[in-house]
Amino acid sequence: MYRYDEFDHKLVAERVEQFDRQVKRRLNGELTEDQFKPLRLMNGLYLQLHAYMLRVNVPYGTLSSGQMRRFADIARKYDRGFGHFTTRQNIQYNWIKLEDAPQILRDLADVEVTAIQSSGNCVRNITSDQYAGRAKDELVDPRKFCELLRQYSVLHPEFSYLPRKFKIAVTGSPNDRAAVAVHDIGLRMHENDAGEIGFEVLVGGGLGRTPYIGHTIRAWIEPEHILSYVEAILRVYNIHGRRDNIHKARIKIIVNQMGIEKYRELVEAEWQRVKDGPLAVPDEEIERIERYFAPPRYETLEDETDSLAEKRAAHRAFDRWIRINTAEHKVPGYVIVNVPLKVLGKPPGDIDADTMDAVADLADRYTFGEIRINHRQNLAFVDVRQQDLFELWQALDALGLARPVLDSISDMICCPGLDYCALANARSIPIADDISRRFVDVDELADVGELKINISGCMNACGHHHVGHIGILGVDKRGEEFFQLTLGGSSDQHASLGDRLGPGLPQDEVPEAIAAIVGRYKSLRTDGERFLDTYRRVGIEPFKEVVYGGDERKAVA
Amino acid sequence: MKALIRHGELADDPYAAPADDESLPPTGAVLVSLARWQSDREALLKRADPLGVRLKSDESPELIADDIGRLSLVALEFPKFRDGRAYSYARILRERYGFDGEIRAVGDVLMEQVHFMLRTGFDAFELESEDPLGQFEIAKAEYSVWYQPTGDGRRTALQLRHSNRG
Repeated sequence: MYRYDEFDHKLVAERVEQFDRQVKRRLNGELTEDQFKPLRLMNGLYLQLHAYMLRVNVPYGTLSSGQMRRFADIARKYDRGFGHFTTRQNIQYNWIKLEDAPQILRDLADVEVTAIQSSGNCVRNITSDQYAGRAKDELVDPRKFCELLRQYSVLHPEFSYLPRKFKIAVTGSPNDRAAVAVHDIGLRMHENDAGEIGFEVLVGGGLGRTPYIGHTIRAWIEPEHILSYVEAILRVYNIHGRRDNIHKARIKIIVNQMGIEKYRELVEAEWQRVKDGPLAVPDEEIERIERYFAPPRYETLEDETDSLAEKRAAHRAFDRWIRINTAEHKVPGYVIVNVPLKVLGKPPGDIDADTMDAVADLADRYTFGEIRINHRQNLAFVDVRQQDLFELWQALDALGLARPVLDSISDMICCPGLDYCALANARSIPIADDISRRFVDVDELADVGELKINISGCMNACGHHHVGHIGILGVDKRGEEFFQLTLGGSSDQHASLGDRLGPGLPQDEVPEAIAAIVGRYKSLRTDGERFLDTYRRVGIEPFKEVVYGGDERKAVA
Repeated sequence: MKALIRHGELADDPYAAPADDESLPPTGAVLVSLARWQSDREALLKRADPLGVRLKSDESPELIADDIGRLSLVALEFPKFRDGRAYSYARILRERYGFDGEIRAVGDVLMEQVHFMLRTGFDAFELESEDPLGQFEIAKAEYSVWYQPTGDGRRTALQLRHSNRG
């Protein structure tokens, strides 16, 4: 993992003291709420329905066990004993007092964690593949470039008052687990024919009210130019992005209004002016950062096919857990273990302080002390010895974290919704809960297989409903909550936006509608075909039929 | 009451800034809008005293690119402090056009933004404050580490890391 040097530490410490002064100026009335708002947002502090919410960054989803323990301390000391992992590799605390915020930031700074720019109209947390540096299918380890981009974007003097928020995601695998096509900038790393690494740059993707899949603005850029190219994109956006309407201020709107060709032309012209300046990344800086991401001290092991086969045969639940919750590792004898934070009766992504501590202990015992967070609100241990799988499975099971549900119906993305959020129209968490209860049988979940359900409590789409295989959007109609379903969305390398199934349904009809869709899928699928592929093959009509019975008018809204 | 800080000092404004429909003083430094600059350019260029142009947040310095060498002041307007276009304009003036005159932040300028403004090339600020100089000194000194090269000559963390080793 990256470790701060003296410069990183100094900057974060200075940031905390600056915010401390700003909070004092707010509390004694020198700053109005209007003036204070962007300052607190850029330090991660939102005003929600009941209290302040603090959003903390987990840069590119990589966390040490010590940092996880600090998250637990903060949950106990300043919150109500839990935290909530989000779709952007952040953890959120929902019950924070303004006067505590500077001290919390100090506590976080001690373990090299910040809330800098986790909100506000600036470059947000750089996100990436939760398997970065470990996955067998990876082409390039993106982490050193994520760190380079993190430093580049932190307290950028020119880009701290952009038209709107700005999200950058990076993947180094052809199997995109970072949803780069629905980010303001998406970076796909790969090797060219000469064996050099570089980036494909996408721009203008995003969800929210007006969802778009990003356009490729440049098919190839060398690592030394990545910062100058990003700077050119940001400068064009800062100058040309719309500031007249908050709902039209994201880069996706201006890119699609002027057209990708015109936007590219402006960026290329700007880039030609800046590319050979001080933003060119020297090799020694890439090498310096790379040293932090050197592989841990792996033992020389063989893949544990035989001994594991024995245990898998003896324990069906263990076998299923391996099949569903683990992923292949680059190094023989090791495996990636996913830990879905999808516990029955709890909001997706929620984790209490004791469980955080327990997870940190497991990370120390069974890995090199590292925990990853993904954009589906789950955790992962990325360096588990295959010979330890059985023990780890038992330990996770004791914590209630060994449900074999990765990428299944039960593994929903869900925003906090009207239970917490000031923007929401509907309560998303109870819908997630209803659906999990409708599909508790792990045999059924395994039979249905990969089916990603994403739920947002309003059109701002924090729950990524547009790119769920099934998306659910909460809407308010005359004071009542309804839920609109979309089918066929995806945020992977074949990203697509879901199609609207029909009129919104009342809350109590949603689980049955999902069950009807799943039933139809099972009758239509060919051998081994995922829901998404069946949908793409057969289209929306068969699913409309089972939900609306061929008569959309009978739906209530 | 707004105070003017130039080059780190409280200062009286040497520039007269008549509205577009008022006449210009016969001599002395003047600051005019872009509209006036464009309509009275020939007459303004004949004056012997310093000239300044005030740009609104949707008026890019590209619009005065040909005359940069004749200007002593470019005032960049913040209609709301949240409108961050002028940060880019300041960098374009300094780094693309090599402008070495005064870049002044005017309009809705908060002390909290001074640090970023200094880094992007501003060297003068119209500020509303009971203690403008005291607060300016604090704002100026808030950071001693910078990640981004912005043409202001400050050495970035990256540059310091590698020069220390050398």
